[in-house]
Amino acid sequence: MTSVLYDAQGPRAKRRNILYSALFLVAFAALLWWVITSLNDKDQLAWEKWKPFVHGEAWSTYLWPGLLNTLKAAALAMVIALPLGAVFGIARLSDHAWIRIPAAAIVEFFRAIPVLVLMIFAVAAYSEYTNISSDDRPLYAVFTGLVLYNSSVLAEIVRAGILSLPKGQSEAAMAVGLRKNQVMRFILLPQAVTAMLPAIVSQLVVIVKDTAIGGAILTFPELLASVGPMSAYYGANTIASFTVVALIYIALNFSLTSFASWLEGRLRRGKKSTGAVLAPAAVGGTESTGAGGGISI
Amino acid sequence: MFDFLQGYDLLGAFWMTVKLTVLSAVGSLIWGTVLAAMRVGPVPLMRGFGTAYVNIVRNIPLTVIILFTSLGLNQTLGVSLGADKFETVNFRLAVLGLIAYTSAFVCEALRSGINTVPVGQAEAARAIGLNFTQVLTLIVLPQAFRSVVGPLTNVLIALTKNTTVAAAIGVAEAATLMKSMIENEAQLIAISAVFAFGFMCLTLPTGLLLGWVGKKVAVKR
Repeated sequence: MTSVLYDAQGPRAKRRNILYSALFLVAFAALLWWVITSLNDKDQLAWEKWKPFVHGEAWSTYLWPGLLNTLKAAALAMVIALPLGAVFGIARLSDHAWIRIPAAAIVEFFRAIPVLVLMIFAVAAYSEYTNISSDDRPLYAVFTGLVLYNSSVLAEIVRAGILSLPKGQSEAAMAVGLRKNQVMRFILLPQAVTAMLPAIVSQLVVIVKDTAIGGAILTFPELLASVGPMSAYYGANTIASFTVVALIYIALNFSLTSFASWLEGRLRRGKKSTGAVLAPAAVGGTESTGAGGGISI
Repeated sequence: MFDFLQGYDLLGAFWMTVKLTVLSAVGSLIWGTVLAAMRVGPVPLMRGFGTAYVNIVRNIPLTVIILFTSLGLNQTLGVSLGADKFETVNFRLAVLGLIAYTSAFVCEALRSGINTVPVGQAEAARAIGLNFTQVLTLIVLPQAFRSVVGPLTNVLIALTKNTTVAAAIGVAEAATLMKSMIENEAQLIAISAVFAFGFMCLTLPTGLLLGWVGKKVAVKR
């Protein structure tokens, strides 16, 4: 184990590490003990409060319908945002200033605004200008806000993916006499897609996480919104409800994240691509990506 | 044109957004640095804890965390963070939630910065006889900090936008005001434009300025 920060450890360093580990374990155990006792004081660890989740009754009534709504909104948003993002990303690379500049302005505008603001706007706009029933409005609003915001993020991902390809690719394509749109369609996009896939899957995690905003603020009946009625019905088991809901989110998103990194590793070793993979975080300013950051805003 | 703004504390709402952002930014920088130190340190147990924390927190929606601070910590367990007024309690809870969430991303940004320093740099430093402290303070960390400005800027901008989620527990910030204004005034487009402009004033200059700084200080490899 050697890293940039420290060398392989000798006997003294090993002894010190054991001491640190012991101290950390004591601190962590103290924290855990405090959490458990305070939960116990409020009677949140009683079996009745956790039973519904083990016996499956809470699942069919509350969790499953909520999760279905979460997945529905996320999938819809992804399916619509991806082509939109591709169009805008390619438009930002256009040779014509009259296409490039408006596309850039639109993308930057929607990236600068919180997704909740877009959702609040969408709710009001739907109630004012359309006749969508008030039951469906939250779903439409959440989905619209997600599409507007994530299209612009995906546009940046597409742009970064295309720019990450070696310059020789398009130069060679031009040299054999392909037209501009052929260069884009046959040469750049197919290679960029493989480079972008991990970043796109990571963006799905962001979308899934953002659906919860609609649940908390816009009465969209998704997974998080099921906590309220659930904890009311099963006798104030707030902690248990939150724990189970958080675990579902973790399982869902962690599998997506793991899939993205598996994909990335596979693509890096792959023969079909240039081997360049856009880091999932190559595009700044998204909800979830904190690392990387090839492009500043 | 903008006379519907009369009677609303627009600046106050955005000031609340700024307060949430600044306090959470400072808090998550501290806790995120501690987490990053754990994740890159030599103690396996701390590494495991840091990794677990980041992976768990990153995959939970911020909304779940913020709502939990209010419904779970405050109303069920009676945590009030030393405040007695309803508004102050919720404000502090929102900051706590934002810190807990954003720290995971700060940690990852710092770690990616440390990982950009080639191992050869440290090996060369050890080869000329520098000790551990010197390697860290003279060679590794200066390079890491310089490459971390860009990613941290992205985290800060995401945090600015994420403060709107505090509306879920009734903190009187910009998104809360926007919602109530749209309900009371028949000026949807104008109101949305005002709030969109407000957030752009917060995020775009930050992004441009720090992005420029990041480009300027980054180590060219």
